Formats: sequence, C-alpha cells, structure tokens
Amino acid sequence: MSTITREGRRDFLKIVGTTAGGLFIGFNWSSCDSPKVEVLSTEEVLAQVKNFNAYLSIAPSGDVVIYSPNPELGQNIKTSFPMVVAEELDADWSKVRVIQANLDTEKYDRQLTGGSGAMPHSWERLRKAGATAKYVLVAAAAQTWNVPAEEITVESGVISHKGSNKTGHFGEFVEIASTLSAPEEVTLKDKKDFKIIGTPVKNVDAKEIYTGKPMYGLDFYREGMKHAMIQRAPFGMKIKSMDDGAARGVSGVTDVVTFGNSVAVVGTSTWPLMKAKKLLRIEYEADGNVESTADHDRIFKDLLENGKADVRRKDGNVDQAFKTAAKVVEAEYQCPFLAHSPMEPENFFAHVQGDRCELIGPTQTPDRARQTAAQILGIPPENITVEITRLGGGFGRRLRADYVEEAVEVSRAINGPVKIVWSREDELTGGAYRPAVRYKFSAALDDAGNIIGYKLKGVGMNAGNTTRENNFPSGAVENVLIESISYDSSITTNAWRAPITNFLAYAEQSFLDEVALAAGKDPVQLRLELYERAKNNPVGELGYNVNRMIAVTKEVAEKSNWGKNPNVKQGLSVYFSHRSYVAQVADIEMDAGSPTLKRITAVTDCGMVVNPTGANHQVRGGIVDGMGHAMYTNLTFENGVPKQKNYDSYRLIRLKEVPEINTHFLDSGFDPTGLGEPALPPTGGAIANAIFAATGRRLRSQPFIEQKEFSDIKLEIKRT
Amino acid sequence: MATLNLKINGKTHTVDVEDDTPLLWVLRDHLGLVGTKYSCGIAQCGACTVHLNGNATFSCVTPVSSVGNSEVTTIEGLSENGDHPVQKAWEEIDVAQCGFCQPGQIMQAAAFLKNNPSPSMEEIDNAMNRNICRCGTYHKVREAVAQAAKTK
Ligand code: FES
Ligand code: FES
Repeated sequence: MSTITREGRRDFLKIVGTTAGGLFIGFNWSSCDSPKVEVLSTEEVLAQVKNFNAYLSIAPSGDVVIYSPNPELGQNIKTSFPMVVAEELDADWSKVRVIQANLDTEKYDRQLTGGSGAMPHSWERLRKAGATAKYVLVAAAAQTWNVPAEEITVESGVISHKGSNKTGHFGEFVEIASTLSAPEEVTLKDKKDFKIIGTPVKNVDAKEIYTGKPMYGLDFYREGMKHAMIQRAPFGMKIKSMDDGAARGVSGVTDVVTFGNSVAVVGTSTWPLMKAKKLLRIEYEADGNVESTADHDRIFKDLLENGKADVRRKDGNVDQAFKTAAKVVEAEYQCPFLAHSPMEPENFFAHVQGDRCELIGPTQTPDRARQTAAQILGIPPENITVEITRLGGGFGRRLRADYVEEAVEVSRAINGPVKIVWSREDELTGGAYRPAVRYKFSAALDDAGNIIGYKLKGVGMNAGNTTRENNFPSGAVENVLIESISYDSSITTNAWRAPITNFLAYAEQSFLDEVALAAGKDPVQLRLELYERAKNNPVGELGYNVNRMIAVTKEVAEKSNWGKNPNVKQGLSVYFSHRSYVAQVADIEMDAGSPTLKRITAVTDCGMVVNPTGANHQVRGGIVDGMGHAMYTNLTFENGVPKQKNYDSYRLIRLKEVPEINTHFLDSGFDPTGLGEPALPPTGGAIANAIFAATGRRLRSQPFIEQKEFSDIKLEIKRT
Repeated sequence: MATLNLKINGKTHTVDVEDDTPLLWVLRDHLGLVGTKYSCGIAQCGACTVHLNGNATFSCVTPVSSVGNSEVTTIEGLSENGDHPVQKAWEEIDVAQCGFCQPGQIMQAAAFLKNNPSPSMEEIDNAMNRNICRCGTYHKVREAVAQAAKTK
C-alpha cells in the first residue's frame, strides 16, 4: 500500500540535524511588522523556532532549502516564492529546494491561500531574507580571503574576488557566515538586474505530478484507516427517520454513524460505500426554508423593488440628476448559483485519540480546520496537528472546514483513523456555492451623452455586501448611489474565485456597453472620458488607481486592433480586482456564416511579473474559468436539492471550447500584486459585449447558452 | 467476492474484490496505485484514464471483472523514469496548475499518439476534449500533445 510522503516537520528537523554548521536565516514571511531577518546557528534555530515564520537554510553542500508555509493549489506559489529569495541571494536555481510546511499558527500569521494576497504580502520579506543571506556569505568570504567585501561578486551560488583570483561556492562559507550577525539594513537589487525573477521557471513539483506520485489528500493512506462517505440532508431539511439495514448489509461496510443531519457509511474501501450510500433510506422533513430556483427569482425581483437596502456609497444628488437627465438607461442582470467543483473532490483524514487529534488533507485555511476540530472536540487547538497536502484545485471551496468537521465527527464516532471522501454528486449537491445575485443598474445621461448619475442596487444570497462601492465608475461620476441587500438563504454559500466581482464585473461592464450605445460613444472612448474625470477631478473616494486603468485600457485597444477591422466584432471589458488591473477584448468574426469567437486579448497590470509561465497560467486559466461559467454552467435548485448532480448536467468548459487567448503584461513599475483571481471577472463582459456587437443580442443573465436571446445564435468557437 | 489476477504495469496482481468494483477503486484502494484519479465516476472527466491493451479507458466505469487478461497501464507504469515523450513534453511546456487532472490527460495523450503518431491540431482537439481540466490548462495541453508528437 502506498503511503503519502510525510516530510514536513520531520524533514525540517532532519535538515537542521544533517546540516550542522550550515547557515540558517530565519525571517518573518508575512507578519505585519517590518521584515526582520536574523542569522542563526543550528542551536538557535532549534531554540528560537517560534520567533520566525520561515527559514532559508544553506547547507555546506551549497543546497538551499526554503520552508514554504502557504497551501499550494495550482497558483504556483511553491515555485514563485523561492524564486524571489533566490534572486536576491544570487543562488543557483538548480540547487534550491522547497518544502511545504505544516500548520503552525505561532510561526505563520497568514498561512492560507485566498484573495490573491500571498505575493503582495510577502514580496519585500522574501527579498530581504535572500539579500541578508547573501550579505553574510559575502562578509564570510571577505573575512576568509582577507579582501574588502565591496570587491566581491556573487553569481549563481558562486562567490568570487577578481583581484585575488579567488572563488568558492556558498557552501564553503556557511560555517563562518553563521557566526556573523545580520546587518540592520540590506540593499536590495535594482529590478533591472534581476536574473531569476521575470524568467519562466518551471513548476517545482512537475515530476511528481506527471508520474502520479501520491501528493493530494485523496491519495493519502495509512495502514488501518477506514474510509467514509456521507449522505447530507437537502438544504432546509432535517432527518425524520432513517433505515440503514440495507446499507449495513453491503460487504465492506463496517459501520453507519449519524451526526447532526448527516449519515456516514464507513468501510474498508471506497466502492462499497458508494453502493451502500444509495441504499440508505432516509426521510427528511422541513427545518427552515426549503428553496427552489423559482423562489429565488421571485425573491430577487421583490427585494429589488421593495427591500430595505444598505447604502454603501452616496455622492451628490442622484434624484436630481435623474430628474434632469436627457436620457436614462436601466438594466437588470442576474447570475445563478455555482459550485466550485475542484477536480479533486473534498476529502480529509482525521484521527481523534482522546484529547488529541491529527488532521491531514487539502485545505486553503489550515487554521480554520484546526479551530473547527477544537470546537467540536472541546480540546485545546494546540492538541491538534494539521498537515497540508497539495490541493487539486480550490477556487474558494477549501476555505471552508465543513468536510474537516465531518472527518472529525466520524473519527470520534468510530474511535479510529478515517478518511472521508466526497463523490462528485456530493460536491454538487452538498456544496457551499457561489450565491446567485441580481443587480439593477441605472445611468442618467445629459444631452452630450455624459453620465451625470449612476445607480447600482444589488441583492444577493448570504452575500453581505454585493457591491464594490469604491470601484470604477465611482469617482468618475458626480452623482452616485450604491446599495446592497442581502437575503438569508438556507443554502450554504461561500467565497468563489473572485468573490462578488466574478459576476459584478460582467454585469457592470455589460451595462457600461449599454450606456456607451445610448450615449453614442465608442466603449473605449466612454471609459477614457470617465477616467479623465476621475483623474483630474475625482468625486469622493477612489478604490483604484486611475492611471493604471487608463494604461491597460489603451494597451488592450492597441493590442486588439480595437475598431480597426469592420469584420471583427469586438467586446471590451476592463476591471480592477484583488489589486490588479485587467482589460480584455473578445473578437467575433463571421466564419462560414456563423458568428465565431476567435480570440480574447488580455492586458494585465499585476505589477512586476515574477514568473511569466505562472502569470500566463493564471491569466489564461482565469479567462477560461470566467468564460466557461459565463457560457455554460448552471446550478438550479428544486426543494433544497440541486438538479445538476454531476458533470453530465453540470457543464464545465472543455478544450474545444476555448478560443485563442493572447496575454500581455504591462510593466507599471509596481511591486507584484495578486493574480489568482483578477483575470476572471472581466471575461464574461468582454464576450457578452462582443456577442452584442456581432448579433445585437444583449445577454443579461448567465449562463449564456440557456438564455432565450441566445437560443438562435449558433456561436462557434475556433482557434485560428 | 472474486479472486482476480490482473496484469498491471507488467506485473500480475491478485485481488479479492466484488465483481462490480470499478478498476479505478481496485487500483487506488487495493493496490495503492493512486496516480489514477477519481473526479466524476461517470465517464465524463477523464481523470481516471488508464490504458487497457494500449487504449485509453475510463477506469471509473470499467468493472474489474471485465478486465480479464487485458494489460492495464497506469500513469505509474507509463515509463520507468517519468521520461515517456508525453511526460517530457508536459514538463517542457510546464502544463500543470493544480495538477490533479494531469495524469489522466497524459494517459489520454499517450494512447492517442500511439494510434495516431502525427495528428493534426483538430485531431488533437478531438482526442483531448474527453478530459476536463478545471484549472483551464487547455492551451498548454494542446501545445504539449503537439510537442510530444514532434519529438517522438
Ligand atoms: S473519474 Fe472517470 S471519467 Fe471522471
Ligand atoms: S491542472 Fe488543475 S484540474 Fe487540470
């Protein structure tokens, strides 16, 4: 039987042991204090392990090891973080190794993946750690050779002094370096001298992935553990009665346990559980709102008309503006629920033993997993260990700890180690979804087609604030009113890649297209005029940098040959989210009589690009994700149960459905900002606007293929 | 329960399982070959793709009792050192994001190229359309298959 490799902490301690005499740099990966870096001896590392949250060690062999705390789910952080350290260190990249750390809240203060925040958070700290290591290594070489440190150069892990013709690799100086103390200040490199940052460094886990090594939670196995699958109640219902006789009769099933409104079948392998789960006879009864999609549609419309709204932003006098308007444009946009559907279904291993608990599996928030378990078991969080496996996708789903909770409950009930696994049907029916939302936009135009008033009212399910009130076009319009209404649904909802903006951007960018049409303006021109206003004479607070908006918009117009070819029908969308700016243009051409989506051009300003391969991946992946869900995917409810239960009806985008995607990155001179999410929000708008340009049909709901406006449009997708 | 002898990656394995157990779960739960992934279980996504006598097959809907004497190849047995031309192309093009779908993509591509060593882009698209990648690595999948075809 295979056992997932469990390096983590033990391996770290091993490194400490085997590299006695090596150099250790402890640094605070992401704390809010100013970066603090210290050189430590082996003993000090062991003694002070709590004072620092990340380590860089250099062994006498010259091997560089970086201990990485953030969960890896495909955003490539395990590759891009060490690149930053290695850059300032001038290390030989082939000698750099990265180890995934376990949860340790005392050491890491932001050990989570979400919000595209890791790189912006850690950029300066990573650089300083690398630069400090280099500084002490150079000082050690200077001391050894008795030459001035200023005359020493470092390249690819080799230290040289030209005058005395001396060279040596890092490893030769680590012993002396570890006796020196860290400088107060280090000089960071000029960005133009970067050699590793900005180059397409390959995924550090590539070999393991492509040979099928056990790395994911789903692959975890330990001798003696049980497997479990769980039947959950429909939303808004509870168990009335249960008969598990037939399920228990399935060979391989060892137990059936109930907790809350969930029933777990437990056994020695997965397949018998899939069969047994279907044999459970459970009757449910209402326990709150039992909702269907038809109810949501009605509730949305009613709340938009009559609901009490929370005013998020108010500039000027909106009523007056609309009263004096020459023209008013109004439109409503709505999106459905969506599941996250990471390819690796939810799963987790738990072993509860008395007042201790061991947790292993895929999570974006290891600390939440631990806190949840502590609460259920009534034991101190320190008694719980969490080991993070590689994540087979997350998209926000693994920010929640519901499946960790289940693993803990089942382990406690059977008094032994267990791994719970969700089927795809479980993932789609028992999920925590991107909530449905409906927006109403209104714009007041004067005679010249200028926007003098702008209103947005959003109503969402468990969404809190459904708007981004300080985003564009706020700041560019004199009279603005932004309102939000939240409805409490019994359906569980959760952050989904680019929360709120994953749909708001599409709605807003489509609406601006409607406004441009009504104002008789070209969509690029309309935006540039608004930016000018926000730049020269801003109204109220601006949540975005206008110059960066202007730059990506102009660049995408140029790169996409905006408006130059009458045979190409184009749609523009520009959006700022998660600290980055992305502008996209979709191109539709007539091909053999059918409107054909040929390409999407994207211009991104995410500050400095650390790894072009990773950046390309995130932008193209975000666009494919945004396009797929805008075009094809729908999740509807009937009596608290989703109708789409697997990929045969819950339609995800496939290879033949993606057009050519051209990505461009603007070097704005800013430090790196987030990239896991920002490319997704603008895509739906770019495509919808191109469809309008090509066919005159305005799509105000998703998924497009299910809208009646779309029913007779035979949209082809082709790469040239 | 039935006792079956399975030929997997050039070795014979004996397993005691119910006849209707999908090959996928025999590989994963009984033999510890977890490179073959589960994602949908209904022949929709391709994460579970293995080779049966060289043909790409969804192991999630293949009852183990139907395997008989067929040669099963999983990602673990595709090459000795991870250097099958398709694996090399995947490394070269740096295809993966989260990576979970990639063993299935690689097995699909390897079987496809064996039967069609110099495919057109359209043929590549048709073959690889069977596999879902939630991270959206489709452009690179396509590029890597084309590259593997060239370097073979
Ligand atoms: S798991 Fe077999 S096709 Fe999806
Ligand atoms: S790389 Fe994540 S599902 Fe394909």
